[in-house]
Amino acid sequence: MFNKILIANRGEIACRIARSARAMGIRSVAVYSDADRRALHVDTCDEAIHIGGSAPGDSYLLADNIIAAALKTGAEAIHPGFGFLSENADFAERCAASNLVFIGPGAQAIRSMGSKSAARQIMQAAGVPVLPGYDGDEQAQDVLLEQARQVGFPLLIKAVAGGGGKGLRSVERESEFDAALQAVKRESMGAFADDAVLLERFLPTARHIEIQVFADTHGNVVHLFERDCSLQRRHQKVIEEAPAPGIDNGLREDMAAAAVLCAKATDYVGAGTVEFLLAPDNTFYFMEMNTRLQVEHPVTEMITGQDLVAWQFKVAAGEALPLEQSSLAIKGHAIEARIYAENPESNFLPSTGRLDYLQTPQTSANIRIDTGVRQEDEISAYYDPMIAKLICYGDDRAQALARLKMALNQYRLIGPKSNINFLHRLCTHPAVLAGGATTRFIDSSLNELIAVDPLMDENALISAVVFLLQKQAQLIQEQQRDTTDPNSPWAASDYWRVSEFQAQRLNLQYEHNEIELAIYTHNNGWNIKIQDNTFRVEILASEGSESSLLINDLRYESVVLQSANTLRVLLGNVPHKFTLLDKGTVSENLHRQKDQIVSPMPGKIISCTARAGLHVKKGETLMVLEAMKMEHALQAPHAGEISEVYFSLGEQVNEGETLFVFKE
Amino acid sequence: MPRLISQLDPRSESFQDNANYHRALLVELKEKLAGIALGGGEPALKKHTERGKLFVRERINELIDPGSPFLEFSALAGHEMYEGNIAAGGIITGIGRVSGLECIIVANDATVKGGTYFPITVKKHLRAQEIALENHLPCIYLVDSGGAFLPLQDEVFPDKEHFGRIFYNQANLSAAGIPQIAVTMGSCTAGGAYVPAMSDESIIVRNQGTIFLGGPPLVKAATGEVVSAEELGGADVHAKQSGVVDHIAEDDAHALSITRDIVGNLNRKKNVELALKEPLEPAYPADELFGVLPKSLNLQYDIREIIMRIVDASDFQEFKANYGTTLVCGFAFIHGYPVGIVANNGILFSESAQKGAHFVELCGQRRIPLVFLQNITGFMVGKKYEAGGIAKDGAKMVTAVASVKVPKFTVIVGGSFGAGNYAMCGRAYGARFLWSWPNARISVMGGEQAANVLATVKADAILTKGEVWPETEQEAFKAPLREQYEHQGHPYYASARLWDDGIIDPADTRRVLGLGLSAALNAPVEETRFGVFRM
Repeated sequence: MFNKILIANRGEIACRIARSARAMGIRSVAVYSDADRRALHVDTCDEAIHIGGSAPGDSYLLADNIIAAALKTGAEAIHPGFGFLSENADFAERCAASNLVFIGPGAQAIRSMGSKSAARQIMQAAGVPVLPGYDGDEQAQDVLLEQARQVGFPLLIKAVAGGGGKGLRSVERESEFDAALQAVKRESMGAFADDAVLLERFLPTARHIEIQVFADTHGNVVHLFERDCSLQRRHQKVIEEAPAPGIDNGLREDMAAAAVLCAKATDYVGAGTVEFLLAPDNTFYFMEMNTRLQVEHPVTEMITGQDLVAWQFKVAAGEALPLEQSSLAIKGHAIEARIYAENPESNFLPSTGRLDYLQTPQTSANIRIDTGVRQEDEISAYYDPMIAKLICYGDDRAQALARLKMALNQYRLIGPKSNINFLHRLCTHPAVLAGGATTRFIDSSLNELIAVDPLMDENALISAVVFLLQKQAQLIQEQQRDTTDPNSPWAASDYWRVSEFQAQRLNLQYEHNEIELAIYTHNNGWNIKIQDNTFRVEILASEGSESSLLINDLRYESVVLQSANTLRVLLGNVPHKFTLLDKGTVSENLHRQKDQIVSPMPGKIISCTARAGLHVKKGETLMVLEAMKMEHALQAPHAGEISEVYFSLGEQVNEGETLFVFKE
Repeated sequence: MPRLISQLDPRSESFQDNANYHRALLVELKEKLAGIALGGGEPALKKHTERGKLFVRERINELIDPGSPFLEFSALAGHEMYEGNIAAGGIITGIGRVSGLECIIVANDATVKGGTYFPITVKKHLRAQEIALENHLPCIYLVDSGGAFLPLQDEVFPDKEHFGRIFYNQANLSAAGIPQIAVTMGSCTAGGAYVPAMSDESIIVRNQGTIFLGGPPLVKAATGEVVSAEELGGADVHAKQSGVVDHIAEDDAHALSITRDIVGNLNRKKNVELALKEPLEPAYPADELFGVLPKSLNLQYDIREIIMRIVDASDFQEFKANYGTTLVCGFAFIHGYPVGIVANNGILFSESAQKGAHFVELCGQRRIPLVFLQNITGFMVGKKYEAGGIAKDGAKMVTAVASVKVPKFTVIVGGSFGAGNYAMCGRAYGARFLWSWPNARISVMGGEQAANVLATVKADAILTKGEVWPETEQEAFKAPLREQYEHQGHPYYASARLWDDGIIDPADTRRVLGLGLSAALNAPVEETRFGVFRM
């Protein structure tokens, strides 16, 4: 076994790998970029070494730097995790050339599975079912169209070199074929410097079922059953589970046998996943093989009781697989939800920022959290915006789902926008409860899953107000304490007047509505009047940002964070945002907002026609931002002139930064 | 420190009966104050706010530190004194905390007769400045006034304590190092123009504030020149050309925000040199005060029952408890501030007056602020007492009270009659603040006594002529006198004329005294030099 390994990754997976390494007595080395100087994975590993700048291209994707880091720290092997260099055959070869063990399959297997057409051909030859399609070298437009007619519509056009949702179009009918083909070719050429495509029948109501396989250098191959990853948004998985609901043993064995066949056909070594599409009639088709550990591997670990990373180490060290197929069995049910910093209400745009408040459910044998961040860490625009994986186990699916629902309720976050409430709605949706949803379920049920113009929660508003009142009183008392008149009754905060207590008036903004509140002090608390409703409020307990309040005799737990005039409230686990309107400065702020165009998300400026002095028409696109594969155009809000531009092409911007100033 | 123990049973019928009676008086007061808080009334207020201006009370709320108290003075000023409703005398004055400093706020209410100055308005403005001077409190003037109320110019303009004194005070307050800050939020016409001009630093609200010696109508009459108010004396004129103001604000809220910043940069620090204690609530709840007070001023009760419901932890170290027992003197703490309390517990005799003088001397010596709780029908009269030198002993106490330099606070908790008013630090004796309870009565003597005295004098004259004055006629003579005394001795009548700084809720007494003490300690406690005591 190795004495020391280097983890060529970051975030939760780096922490995850380090944990298994430590359990096996293997020292781990973390690599980190500028942005990750204080990241959790750096603290979790035994050693850490800096490998470059914040952008992945300057650090985690730089094979040279990583190999140099491994050699410098005396690591014997490199675990690539997933993403970054994990499916890079050249990197695997270069590791070998430097006498470093690459923890993964051989370069040949990576390479052949990396090409969608090659993978398809190998599987077809091995007798694994593939979808009707065309994976030939002939790429002329008329040839492809003729092949498309034979495959039949609807179909998918896939870039041969594509992956991760890029270079992929579905075509409903023949008339759309040419345009879609050009789009895929253009996109693929841009992203992968290769415009070859393949065609494949599109199954509109399929499920995504994948089989975990494992192979060693002694010729043993086993599978660790299936995972159902059908719940996807924008071609990315959000909830995965094992075993797949409604799959009988016969089908399971058929699919597993096909997956083992895949592994054998490629002389596979290590952990791999074979992805299949499962049609409603229980026919299944090979989609692709991922030659690495999957994000969703924990659900398999929970139902099999195995540590897949430990298996990877053993296989890489030349040992035989720890178990034979006959010793592996499914026990119970596990579901994973991926908690992302993103905005489901805004087409799942990634969100960035500091995790100002983070409280997670208590972990146990039934609740597992894989994360790479702590409270006060930053979700930056440089990397995947995943905050954590929440994995829940149960004796059966219903119990696992119930635990997931409860754990999501206990997952409390103030910081970037998150999909926590979206996941909660998702895992309580009847279709998900029933099991067997298809890959299109989220897209087609989106309206039921996102919060449409949420109504203001008055209790959240009250929490914010109570926080302000408390803070105001505390601040005054603290300032008073340092004077020669430390107990002055002038430091009271109860709005006392000679005739009666004065109502305090506060104006807060929620979304675009201004709300006026009147607050009346009484013995133990306040009466807070919002519009025509009066709420009787008392503080039961309070520490820092956390409070326990009694509002009209009901108890609420709230967290409130304030920065400048922004109040972020977590009531239960639902986030709310209010803005305190300071009457002395309000007019100035409104004025400012109107003229400044701010970045709606973190991203890179990939197009910029805005320049000072430019006269534009309403709706004209002035800048395009790209983040997480999404392009977002910024348009002129009205006709006018641009007075200042603060960023230029290629620059990275944060959410909320002023990009340019506009005048009428 | 010894703790006072109540001898009353709050569940007793008489206690409940008293409480109901005095609570009703308070409710009446609060209703009155609620009416006054509406200023000039709905139509005037609507007109005012439609112009984008804040109501004067809102201005004050915005100006002072959020949540902090506002100790308003004499809200009943002008009550039933003039034709029409001159709510609060057309001007709101009081102490409020701005950027952590206790400040005097003087704010015109433009909804009341355009904020013009009635005689009582002038008196109230001057009283606020007097409080600023005595307690070293920065002054903030929120100006929105059409100047003197012309129909009453003879009672407003010429005399020493009239309109001109406002600016005299501004100059001398500034000279004493007490900052003068003016915010022009409306008209500042004629004499009023001097409020911002005489200030150390001033602000004007654009399109609202105007400052000129003669307004557009006067200019047109005098020179034929046609000019708008804004052109004549608006923000741009005074901030950019004349230099009469220093800051332009876009609206009221902005102006008040600038004011807060100005006060925040005054570089003032309060230096309290008293030996303070941690404040403790009294052992008996303040709202029991209503049950302690008898319904009639004629009924004697133990004043300690009041003291124990005002002072910290009800702790009271009594001085000479067994001597001159009709005056209770002793040391206590209110909100953590040490105080000497002088409280009536019956008619003043020679011994009580001597004890009072002694105690006031002690407080002067030790620099302990004094709190007078007045419930006094007067000094004892009669042959024995005159011969015993009650005038001489009373004079000792008056001398001591008049010349002691520690901050003095007076609360009229019952009657305030005759020379007792003087010895117990009445209005003329320079109390930093003087407050009344709703049950208070103030006059040279009680209505009954006055009627009897005058009836006796008249009866004697009739008797000299050898005539007879029938009993029924005597009664008819006395009744209107009693009524006059009752009317003029009523606290609303007194407070309307600024004989006090306001009528307070008895249950607020502790807080009001605490606020007053803290405000008064902005000024250093001076060394006392007593006058000659007649021995």
